[in-house]
Amino acid sequence: MKYELVIGLETHVELSTDSKLFCSCGGHSSPKEPNDCVCPACSGMPGMLPVTNKHAIELAVKAGFMLNCKINQYTTFDKKSYYYPDLPCAYQITQWFHPVCVEGSVDINGRQIGIKQIHVEEDAGKLVHDEATNTSFVDYNRTSVPLIEIVSKPDFRSSDEVIAYLKKLKSSLQFAGISECEEGAMRCDVNISVRPEGSNELGVRSEIKNMSSLSEIKDAIEFEKVRHVDAIERHTEMLVQETRRWDDVKRRTFPMRNKETAADYRYFPDPNLMPIIIDDEWLEKIRASMPATSEEKTKYYEEMGIATKEASVLSSDRKLSDTFDKVVAMGRSPKTVASWILTECMGQMKRLELDSLEISPEKLARIIELAESGEITRAAGKKILSAVFENDVDVDKFCEENALNAKVDESFISDTVDRVIAANDKAVADYKSGKTKAAQALFGSVMKELKGTGDPAVIRTLLEEKLKSL
Amino acid sequence: MSYYINEINKAGKIAVDDTILVKDVPATAGSKMLENFKPLFSAEAVERLEKAGYEISGKTNVGEFGLDLLGEFSNFGAVTENGNLAGAAAALVAKGEIKAALNVDLNGAPRRAAAISGVDFIKPTYGTVSRYGIIACACSGEQIGVTAANAEDMKEILSVIAGHDDKDGTSLPAEKYEYTLDEDVSAMKICIVKELYESASAEVKANIDVYAKKLEALGAKVETVSLNIVSDVQTAWQILMSAETTNNLSRFDGVKYGYRTPEYKNIDELYAKSRSESMNFLTKATIIYGSDVLSKGRYENCYDKALRIRRIACDKVREILASYDAILAPACGKTSYQAYDILEAFGKVFEESLYTAIPSITGMPAVVTKGVQLIADSYKESVLLSIAHTVEGMEA
Repeated sequence: MKYELVIGLETHVELSTDSKLFCSCGGHSSPKEPNDCVCPACSGMPGMLPVTNKHAIELAVKAGFMLNCKINQYTTFDKKSYYYPDLPCAYQITQWFHPVCVEGSVDINGRQIGIKQIHVEEDAGKLVHDEATNTSFVDYNRTSVPLIEIVSKPDFRSSDEVIAYLKKLKSSLQFAGISECEEGAMRCDVNISVRPEGSNELGVRSEIKNMSSLSEIKDAIEFEKVRHVDAIERHTEMLVQETRRWDDVKRRTFPMRNKETAADYRYFPDPNLMPIIIDDEWLEKIRASMPATSEEKTKYYEEMGIATKEASVLSSDRKLSDTFDKVVAMGRSPKTVASWILTECMGQMKRLELDSLEISPEKLARIIELAESGEITRAAGKKILSAVFENDVDVDKFCEENALNAKVDESFISDTVDRVIAANDKAVADYKSGKTKAAQALFGSVMKELKGTGDPAVIRTLLEEKLKSL
Repeated sequence: MSYYINEINKAGKIAVDDTILVKDVPATAGSKMLENFKPLFSAEAVERLEKAGYEISGKTNVGEFGLDLLGEFSNFGAVTENGNLAGAAAALVAKGEIKAALNVDLNGAPRRAAAISGVDFIKPTYGTVSRYGIIACACSGEQIGVTAANAEDMKEILSVIAGHDDKDGTSLPAEKYEYTLDEDVSAMKICIVKELYESASAEVKANIDVYAKKLEALGAKVETVSLNIVSDVQTAWQILMSAETTNNLSRFDGVKYGYRTPEYKNIDELYAKSRSESMNFLTKATIIYGSDVLSKGRYENCYDKALRIRRIACDKVREILASYDAILAPACGKTSYQAYDILEAFGKVFEESLYTAIPSITGMPAVVTKGVQLIADSYKESVLLSIAHTVEGMEA
């Protein structure tokens, strides 16, 4: 019998707000040391009261627009109770009764994946265990950092669809400025079951908790598929509805302790937070602030004359497309900018193992300007770019200090060519005997002598003239 | 037992409940759990008082977390006056040692205490005084109020502490409130709620009768009305109050601050022992009750229903207050209370909350004066203050 997978996802994403969800402590990615970014409110001191960060609501609404959701204009915060040392109040403020967005959908490879809801909630802190002293430390930097949880319907039928969805989610969220989606800032719970193909019934479901890497998610789904099918066909085990975790070392899932899962969270409306009314005016303001989606950007780039493949790479990443937009806005030609970003910048990122493009658009624009106008060679431009990536140098100063200006004296180029010809008897002899390829070696030597500064066209002409006249 | 858990300044004329934070002064809330807890900030109401030049005398004793309506079960012992249970702040005001006190009215404890000690107390409209800086139990109803010797002093102190605070999400928008003592009582219509009157002791009934006579002597009309939901309101408030308390007190887990049990094998034991060893029976009973009404399968029939009763209570009381300026009711069931066993506390508190639940659940203002309670519609503090002031000005 053929089986099909039925998968639903709960995806937690950290929102890009300047402050936490209910206090004015800095939001994501600001703290450096443990408990650096903590106040009486987010560390659960008595006497504190939560005050909602409206920006978090706006970002959640944006995510709702992005995923074609209905926005609940009356939305509330509720308390979810459980004890854990990383949860200072022993309750989490979340949205249980009236989540901000409901009933959305998103197209994944031609199929519609339903979105059940998107709700806003606060993150918990972090525990650090020191085995040596058998002590646990608590870090509250992350407590009360705003998250959205995007709950899909059980509409996925393969791990590939899940991965495509998560990739799309990530790039769209980054694009709309909703989340930076940094490493680990997007966490997934995967609900999975299998059933005979064509059946409408749902099988016994397992929930795999808290995964953040795409490859882990894919592997966990594939593992679960085999486990479920084996259980059904070969009775290897009795399937029960349970929560499991993925063990990346053992490459398999394990059931979590029952105690960790059999909780009654005793949800109730938070009396300290008044219901939030998103009136039409506010809603329209949020809608108006939506940036172009990555699909819209791709189309826009194609219209600029960028090839489809390049356009889609540029628009898949917020940093790439932002940099592109800014440099083009500074007057550089789109095609040249695309080539510099996709070839040279991405080359530097690969060389330096950077996850995202961090370069000042002004500097990149200046390098491209110098290269386009022939002031420097592309090779020199690459050299400057590399220095900018490594030490964030000043473009013009670096160019001058390293004599990278292409407009070097023609007589100096001529002298260099003469010197190279004189020092390479064998190559010259090869050339004369008809091996024209030897000219290429000589050209390389001249370039090397000039440290990439001379205009290649001038060098080539001079070299050919001199070789012919020998 | 001393009236103060911690004294701050002997010359100070305003005391605050130990459930209200004063920066760097231990705030125990009458519990062993917080015996050594020093807050990092002061309550907004305390800040406003200090800014206006008032000095805080100290932190007055309260029943653990303010849950105990009769005020007996504090980790630091009960305050008794002539063998009767009393409230520390009200007793200090009665003795003339302080001008006024700030108290958290969670379950009516300061109202009852004022009635027993023969002083005044005002619980203002919910949302008019910031709750920032109180050790919270029932956020949806608790409110800081003022104990004082007379209406004039209540008005003076309340004017200082009331007004919008950004730090409290339920704080109402008005920056300031103007209260008056001069509304014309002779033109007022007052009603006595039959169901509350009839439940009270003969002494309390007599107090109400005397007060009603004085109002009539001033020219006010006094009539009797029926409000058949008083016991539903009492139960609903018990449910809401206990549920919120359970949730708010869950932060006291022995992990971050407060009492931690000396020996534990794992985190679950740390929680269970730290809490068991530091909280009293009444607190525990409230927590268990509150957990139950929020649990799966019980929520719809308990908590959700209580929320609906709250809405009905607001409508019904407001309906009465459309025809009357104020309700005259008992503040508590008796005029004196003797010590009792803590195992009875949960039931006793519930019993007494019959008289205090309406202002707590509706958020409406109440004044206790001369042993009786007056309740008005939201923002009508001036009606209550004027009645109290006018009656206080009459010859005995």
